[in-house]
Amino acid sequence: MVNEQEFTIAAETAWCPGCGNFPLRKALSEALQEMDLKPSQVAIFSGIGQAAKVPHYIKTNGFNGLHGRSLPPAIGARVGNHKLKVIVESGDGCTYGEGGNHILHNIRRNPDLVHLVHDNQIYGLTKGQASPTSEESIKTGIQVEGTTSEPFKPVQFAVGMEASFVARSFVGRQDHLKEMIQRAMKHRGYALIDILQPCVSFNKINTYQWYDKRVYRLSEDYDPTNLDEAFKKSREWGDNIPIGVIYKNEKKTFRDRLLLEDDQPLVEKEFESGDADKIMEKFK
Amino acid sequence: MDFNLLVGGQAGQGLKTVNSILGKVLFREGFNIFSSSDFMSRIRGGHNFMQLRISDQKLYGPDNEIDLLIALDKKTAKIHKEQLKEDGIVLIDGKSEIIDSRAILIPASVIANDINPKGINTVFVGAALKMMGLDLENAEEILPDFFVDEILEDNIKLLRRGYKAVEKIYDNLKKNVTGKESEIFIDGNSALGYGALSGGLSFYSAYPMSPSTGIMNFLAQQQKDYDLVVEQAEDELAAVNMAMGGSYTGIRSMTGTSGGGLALMNEAIGMAGISEIPLVVADVQRPGPATGLPTRTEQGDLLFAVNTAQGEFPLMVIAPRDHKDLFYSSFRALNIADEYQIPVILLSDQFNADSSKNIPEFDFESLEIKRNLIKKADYGKKEYKRYEFTDDGISPRAYPGQLEDGLVLIDSDEHDEKGHIVEDGEMRKRMVDKRACKLEKLIEKDLNEPEYFGEEDIEYLLITWGSSYGPTREAFQLLQADGIKVGLLSFNDVWPLPKNKLKNLAERVELVTVEMNSTAQFKSLIASETLLDVEHDILKYSGRPFTGKEIYNRFLDEVIDNG
Repeated sequence: MVNEQEFTIAAETAWCPGCGNFPLRKALSEALQEMDLKPSQVAIFSGIGQAAKVPHYIKTNGFNGLHGRSLPPAIGARVGNHKLKVIVESGDGCTYGEGGNHILHNIRRNPDLVHLVHDNQIYGLTKGQASPTSEESIKTGIQVEGTTSEPFKPVQFAVGMEASFVARSFVGRQDHLKEMIQRAMKHRGYALIDILQPCVSFNKINTYQWYDKRVYRLSEDYDPTNLDEAFKKSREWGDNIPIGVIYKNEKKTFRDRLLLEDDQPLVEKEFESGDADKIMEKFK
Repeated sequence: MDFNLLVGGQAGQGLKTVNSILGKVLFREGFNIFSSSDFMSRIRGGHNFMQLRISDQKLYGPDNEIDLLIALDKKTAKIHKEQLKEDGIVLIDGKSEIIDSRAILIPASVIANDINPKGINTVFVGAALKMMGLDLENAEEILPDFFVDEILEDNIKLLRRGYKAVEKIYDNLKKNVTGKESEIFIDGNSALGYGALSGGLSFYSAYPMSPSTGIMNFLAQQQKDYDLVVEQAEDELAAVNMAMGGSYTGIRSMTGTSGGGLALMNEAIGMAGISEIPLVVADVQRPGPATGLPTRTEQGDLLFAVNTAQGEFPLMVIAPRDHKDLFYSSFRALNIADEYQIPVILLSDQFNADSSKNIPEFDFESLEIKRNLIKKADYGKKEYKRYEFTDDGISPRAYPGQLEDGLVLIDSDEHDEKGHIVEDGEMRKRMVDKRACKLEKLIEKDLNEPEYFGEEDIEYLLITWGSSYGPTREAFQLLQADGIKVGLLSFNDVWPLPKNKLKNLAERVELVTVEMNSTAQFKSLIASETLLDVEHDILKYSGRPFTGKEIYNRFLDEVIDNG
């Protein structure tokens, strides 16, 4: 029997009361706990922002890195110790803005990890500027008459790239979110979940109520392995927002392509310098 | 004997193959050899050349006075005519017009058209070997490293035809040459990569950038035989952050780039500083700023490397002086990064990277890997804190999953002993002091003083850092032979700056830095760190390397005559 409090920490957070990060954290720690994992078997990699503080407020190993760079160190971790359960977690700004190039290439790389994006469609920690996923009509101190760009569409983008696992969930649907996280954890390959969550301090458009009215669960007979259907589904946004596993495609992972010979984590391998002396022959 | 060959032609003419084959043959013949290259940043056309200097004496760098000019095109003969010694020879294809009385024509294209038109270069190799009084045995042994099947057969024929097509000219080259059985002939990038591999490197993530890509090439080739992963990252930001992720999980990880990439990696190197993640970054310098001269050489990144990233954190910068040193320095950089849990920058440059030299075999017995990770058995039930305060500032380092109950939390924010974000002023101060304290220990225990060459009684002290050592070493010998009382101080560790030897030698002598940059950066560093006044500097920033004679002449003009 696992301890009920296995993944939670009694720490004061830097999050606002009512922040969508709270229910997200709850769903994550419950998901991990139900999967019979121990905190030392999990490592969370994050960037910078309010969402990126998760490693401080949950009991796992943590790498709270640089803005936009939540994914790259997770790749290093996949190389060093593939027995660790790797979760990448950051906000929409950090992930889709500052770190945009990394998501693109890690869909190609297909590392076995779970990528949780706290998508509140606004910049929280810098006090309310438009994020890549903000609606065009949003008015902020910077975007005085709305944004100058169209919103980035993460789910459509990821399906378009034929990412290995693409899901959307909403923090207002706890069980659904927990289920998505668990399915992503069990999936072999790169698993993205774009998680809708309100920013109670700065986003006055996309509130709990706004999402609550619009999200709907994919029907039982929806087939996430059908790319054409998935692409169609990924384009739904506005009055009706589908949540669930939009697309799934089991394929070769990053580690499958490495030239490593066995399953022993690199960190546990022994090495003697003298093993390298035979290379000198090449320079004779 | 000091004999200088230059092979020139257009990009895409297979110059590198000629150079590699000749280089290896001459090395196996027992010559001391220094091979350097001058490339344009293009794939086809233009003018590229390689220099192969051979001698029965030790060599430290290139020489620009040519004995044998192998011109794969007419342009080469024209461009390098002025460098040809009076008794020098130009070897050129028979259908070219004779532009110099010293030209020897060889019907290379006729021979090649007979056998394989793409193999014209090999005809020149055969001819050059004959002229130099060498036989074909080594070349025929080496060709299979470059060609296979029918192409190999063609090349052996081409080699033999080239050999027959000319007469022997130099009789005496091998007179005082001794065997090089216990030596290797290696390029700088391979030596740097090899040192890291020998240090147990498990992960190299990088983005291709001249002139650093050779490190990645070398390591990528070793993946099949070693537990090593080489990943081509999407950009330098990813490359350095991937390496940090690898290091966090306990494996030795490294990245490499040139100045432009180092600029992109700056924030992450600062993070390695504050989050105390061991990280080795090789900066193979090229002339900057921005794109600069991609395939040329310079030592322009010194102060940039020393001042890498915003904020204050412990950092070490090592500038390997030559090929032997590149190997041992990268091995050592991994040890120091682990020992002190800091970022270490290896400052190489294109001159180091793309040149090849014969050096003694590496001494693997002398290498000792020091990981400085905790041992699980020693830890028991004690609570693990990644940033635990200790006397020397170095906290016990575990990797995630190593301890069943211990979690490893690292942070780019200021943090407490457990790695949690703090804003508390007192904790901030303690953490800054903790990190700084590690550097004090490094200075005391692991900083290498520069190497000194020369007598005790000197009037001038030549000071070099990194690769300017080679040509300066040659100049130093020329100056000594002239009876000038000169010493040479060659820095390898440049940050923190080792001061003792310099301060001791600096009394009553005139100091001269020799640097490949335009602002005498090392002179500034010495001034700011030691308050010593460096009277002279010999600088070069054309993107082309120094030669020993050039430094010798400039020393006479700029230091002695203006002294």
